[in-house]
Amino acid sequence: MAVLGQNAYHTETVKIAVKRRPHVNYFLTEEQTMIRDLAAQIAREKIAPRAAELDESGEFPWDVVETMGKSDLYRVFIPSEYEGLGGGCFEMCLAVEELSKACGGIALCYAASALGTIPIILFGSDEQKRKYLPRLASAEIIAAFGLTEPNAGSDAAGIKTTARADGDYYVINGTKQWITNGGEASIYTVIALTDPTRGVRGSSAILVEKGTPGFEFGKKENKMGIRASATRELIFQDCRVPKSNLLGKEGMGFLVAMRTLDQSRPGVAAQAVGIAQGALDKAIEYSRERQQFGKTISSFQGVQFLLADMATQVEAARALTYAAARAIDGGEKDVSRMSAMAKVFASDTAMKVTTDAVQVFGGYGYMKEYPVEKMMRDAKITQIYEGTNQIQREVIALNLIKESVRGAARAASGGNGSATAKK
Amino acid sequence: MKVFVCIKQVPDTTNVRINPETNTLVREGVQSIINPFDVYALEEGVRLKEKYGGTVTVITMGPPQASDALREAIALGADNAYLVSDRAFAGADTLATAYALACTVRKLGGADVILMGRQAIDGDTGQVGPGVAENLGISHITDIRKIEEIADSRIVVERLLEDGYARLATRLPVVLTVVKEINTPRLPSLKGKLAAKKAEIPILKASDVEADVERLGLNGSPTQVMKIFTPTRPSGGKKFTGEPAATVGALLEELTSAGISIRKSGK
Amino acid sequence: MDPIRVITQNCVGCKLCVKSCPFEAIALTGPLVQGRTDRNTAVIDLGKCTLCGACVEACKRYNAIVITRRTFKGQDLSQYSGIAVFAEHRGGKVASVVPEIIGAARELAKQRSCTVSAVLVGKNARALTDELLSYGVDEVWMIDNTDIGDFDEDVQADLVTEILLEKKPEVFLGGGTVIGRSLLPRVAARILTGLTADCTELSIDPETQLLKQTRPAFGGNIMATILCQNHRPQMATVRHKVMTPAEKVASPQGKVVELSHIKVPKSKLQFLEFVEEKTATVNLVEADVIVSGGRGIKDPKNFDIIEKLALATGGAVGASRAAVDAGWIPYSHQVGQTGKTVKPTVYIACGISGAIQHLAGMKGSDMIIAINSDPNAPIFDVAHYGIVGDLFQVVPELIRRLETPG
Repeated sequence: MAVLGQNAYHTETVKIAVKRRPHVNYFLTEEQTMIRDLAAQIAREKIAPRAAELDESGEFPWDVVETMGKSDLYRVFIPSEYEGLGGGCFEMCLAVEELSKACGGIALCYAASALGTIPIILFGSDEQKRKYLPRLASAEIIAAFGLTEPNAGSDAAGIKTTARADGDYYVINGTKQWITNGGEASIYTVIALTDPTRGVRGSSAILVEKGTPGFEFGKKENKMGIRASATRELIFQDCRVPKSNLLGKEGMGFLVAMRTLDQSRPGVAAQAVGIAQGALDKAIEYSRERQQFGKTISSFQGVQFLLADMATQVEAARALTYAAARAIDGGEKDVSRMSAMAKVFASDTAMKVTTDAVQVFGGYGYMKEYPVEKMMRDAKITQIYEGTNQIQREVIALNLIKESVRGAARAASGGNGSATAKK
Repeated sequence: MKVFVCIKQVPDTTNVRINPETNTLVREGVQSIINPFDVYALEEGVRLKEKYGGTVTVITMGPPQASDALREAIALGADNAYLVSDRAFAGADTLATAYALACTVRKLGGADVILMGRQAIDGDTGQVGPGVAENLGISHITDIRKIEEIADSRIVVERLLEDGYARLATRLPVVLTVVKEINTPRLPSLKGKLAAKKAEIPILKASDVEADVERLGLNGSPTQVMKIFTPTRPSGGKKFTGEPAATVGALLEELTSAGISIRKSGK
Repeated sequence: MDPIRVITQNCVGCKLCVKSCPFEAIALTGPLVQGRTDRNTAVIDLGKCTLCGACVEACKRYNAIVITRRTFKGQDLSQYSGIAVFAEHRGGKVASVVPEIIGAARELAKQRSCTVSAVLVGKNARALTDELLSYGVDEVWMIDNTDIGDFDEDVQADLVTEILLEKKPEVFLGGGTVIGRSLLPRVAARILTGLTADCTELSIDPETQLLKQTRPAFGGNIMATILCQNHRPQMATVRHKVMTPAEKVASPQGKVVELSHIKVPKSKLQFLEFVEEKTATVNLVEADVIVSGGRGIKDPKNFDIIEKLALATGGAVGASRAAVDAGWIPYSHQVGQTGKTVKPTVYIACGISGAIQHLAGMKGSDMIIAINSDPNAPIFDVAHYGIVGDLFQVVPELIRRLETPG
C-alpha cells in the first residue's frame, strides 16, 4: 500500500473483511458466498438506486434483468448440463434474499422466472430442457408460471382453462390471472385441463411461447406493491400448441404445479426475509439519526424493544427459510410442511417488520419520499401469493394431523411399522 | 488483438482517515480494491477483445496479496494474469515501477494495446503509463475517453482535455491511459468468479522479466520520501462574522494556509 | 541486503519508531534489548514497510534504524544549474498555469541565486516569447517549427529532452495539466530522473540545497515531502491555482535563445480535430466540489449565484430538499436522505439550515463550508468553516475573489 510520495510498490496487505454480515453465520461455502455477495453487489449498485423510480412508474426493469443475467444469477438454479451452475433452492434463496433487500419487486423479476423454470427442470424432457434452459440461464429469455384463474385462486383445483387435443396439437382456451412476468416472459408453463371430466386428475402442464397465435395478454395490473414486477392476465383463445410442449404426461398437471410450488415456496420466504431485513436496516439507521427530547430515538426503550423483536423475528424467518431450502436440496421427500411454515412465518414477519419500520420512521415513514412505506406495500403480497397464508396453515395442520395419525397407527401395529402382530 | 491491462491494488482511500491522536492511518475497515480507474481500463480491454477478438492479459506489480486483485480482474473478463512480485521491487517510485512493468510486457511478448487507468487513487501521479511507453519505445496517449476504432493497426481515439476533447490517431502498439468517461464497467459474473478462483497466476520475479536490478525498487528510484506529516486540518467549526469582504477574505486566507484551494483547477 | 534494517545493538526498545510508523510495520518482537529482560528490540515487517523513513527520523537519538539506498548512478550534479519551466501552450495561448510556475521558479531562483528559463517548443512559438519574458524569465529556450503540432506530444517530448540535456537546468517544473502530466513523465523516464506530481509546495532546503517537493497523498490525509537527490533535473508538476503567479516586470530583461540546431522529428501522432465542450454537467456524485443552495435562496432566479459559484470552483450544483420541493431546481441535484449522497472534497452549503436529512447526504464531505444568516443554524455544527452573513452578499463576494487571480 502506501504510496507516500510515489513509492509505488508496497501495496498494503490489509485485507480487512469488512463485516457487512450483521446476522447469524450460516457457514456458507465459497461458491454460496460468491452468489450471495454478487447478488448483494447488484442490489446495492444497480437495484437500490432505481427502486423508488420503478415503484412509481411500474416499468419493467429489463436493464436490471440484463445485468443480473450477465452476472450469471439466472444460471444459479439451472443444472450444469444445461449451462447452469447446478445450484439448488438454497442458492436461489440466497440470491432472492439479497435482491429483495433492495427491492422486492425487482427481485420478483428474478424469482418468478425461477418459478417458471422449475417445471421444466423437474419434468421437462431432455429435448425441452435443451430448448429452453440455456436461454433461461443467460436470461436471454425469462419464464412465467400460469396456474391461477379469476375463479380459481386458493381453490386451484377449480381451474377451467382447457387444452383440447386436436391431432398433434392442443387447443387452449381460458384465462389465467395475476401472472407475474406476464407479457415479459417468453415461455409460460400453463396448467390446463386436458380431460375436464377427470377434474384435477385431468390437468396437464403445457409450455406455451409468447407470440403463439391465440395467446394474448391482458392489461398490466396496477398493484399496491411489487410494482416493478409485471402482472398480467394470460388470455388463450383457440391457441394451438404442439403436443411436444407437454411437460411430463397428461394428467400430471397438478403434480407439476404442486411440486413446483413446493420448490419455489422458500423463494417467496426468502423474498419476504429480504424485504423485512431491508426495512429493519433502514429503521435502525433512522433511529440513530432522529432526535427527539434531546436524544436519538434509539435511546428509548420503546423503540429498542421494537427493533429487538423485529430483528429476532427476521432471524427466525431466515432460519426456517434456509432449513426448508436445505431439506428440498437434500432430497427430503415430504417438504410441504417445512416449506409452508417457512413461507407463512416469513411473510407474516415481513408484514409486521415493515409496518413496525414505518412506525419507527414516524410521520416520515408514511411519506413516499422515504423508502419504508414501499417496503410495507411490497410485503403484503407475500402473505397472499403462492398459496395464501390461510392455505399454508391448513397444509401445516393437515400435515401435523396426518403425521400424528401415522404415528398412532405405527404404535398400534407394534412399533417400527413392521408387520408383526400385536403380542 | 493482444491487449495488456496494468492494474494496481490500492487501499480504498475514500475510506482512509488519520487517527488524530496517533497521527497514523486508520486501517480498520479499509479494503484493498483494484484501482478504480484500472477497472475502467480493464472493461475497455474486454470490450476490445469482444469487438476485435484476441486476449486480455492483466499484470500487476505488487506484494503476494496483489494476486487477489488479479483474480478480481479475471472475474471481470480478463483471460490470464501475471503477478510481478519480488523483494527487489520494494520501495519503487513511478520510474522504477514503469521500468519493471515495461520489462514484463516485453518479456511476455509485447502487446498491441496496453491499457491502464489515468492514475492510481493512492499516488495520483499518472506517471506510470507514459513511463511504460517510454521504456517500450512506443507511443502513448493519456486521458482517453473513447476508442473510436482500430483498423489495419491504426487506432483513433478521443482524448479528454480540460476544455473539450481532441481526436487523435496513431499506429499500434500504443499505451493508453483511460478516464472514467470511457465506459461503464460490468459487474463480475459468477462464471468469471469461479474461473478466477481456479486460475493459475504465475509469479514473475525480477530475473524472470530480465530486469536490470539496479533500475528496480528503492535503488531504481531517483525520488525518495524525506518526510511525512499530517496537514493542518480544520478542527471543526471556525465561524467568521462580519462584513462579507472581511469574512470571505478571512475564509480564503484560512483555506490557503491549510493548503486547500477551492479555485477551479485543471483536471 | 534488506533496504531497511534495525541495528539491534543500538535499539533500546523505546517504541518511538512503532508510534511513528503510519503503516504499523514495526513491532517490538525482536531479541531482548541488551541488558534488559523486559523489553524487546524492534522488528520491521518488510511486507508492510514502505521505506518512507518516518522511523529513521523518529530514531534520530539512537540511530538504530538504517535505510540503505544505493540509487543507480545519476548525472554529474555539478554540471547543473538554473530553474527551468515548461511553457505549455495550446491554440496560440500560453497555458494559464505557466505564470504560476514561473512565479514558483522565480522564488526558487532567488533561494538558489540562479536564473529562470522557459522551455518553449511549438509552431509559431516566437509569438509567445514576449509574454513569457514579461513574467521575468531570464531566458526562453525556444524551438519554433511548423512540424510541432499542439498535440504532437512525442515530438515535444523529444525536443524538451534535448533542450534539458543541453542546457542542464537543475530543476524543471511543469503544470499539472492533462498535457503536463503526460509529457513530463515521458521526459523524466527518458532522462532517467525523478518527477513529483502535483506539488503544493516547493522550496530549497537551506542545508542540502535540494528542491523540497511537498505533495498530498491518500486523498490529502497525509502530506509527503520528496527529494530527488542524485538525479537531474529535479522535476515536478504543479496544479493550476496552487502557486501564486509571477508578477509582470516593468521592463523585461530576458532574452530568447533559439535552438534551431536541434532536429525536429516527425510525429507518430496524427491530430484529427479538437472539439470544444463547455464543462459538461459535472456529475454531482463524482464532483470534487459541490455548491449547494437551500431554503435561504428564497427564489428560483437566485439559484444562478449558486451556479456561478459552482463554475468558479469547478464544481457541481447541489440543493437541499427545500429548494427542490419549491421547484427551484430539479430533483437530480438534491443532496440528502432522499436525494443523493455525496462525498466531495469541498461542500459549500449556502442558505441551508443543516437539517439532519440533508446532513445524511453530505456529512462525509472532507470539508464543509457553510454560509447562513442564522448563527445558530445546525449546519455550523458540522461545518469546518462557516460564514455568518447574508448569502446574497457573501456568495457574490466569494465569486469575485475566486475569479480574480491572486
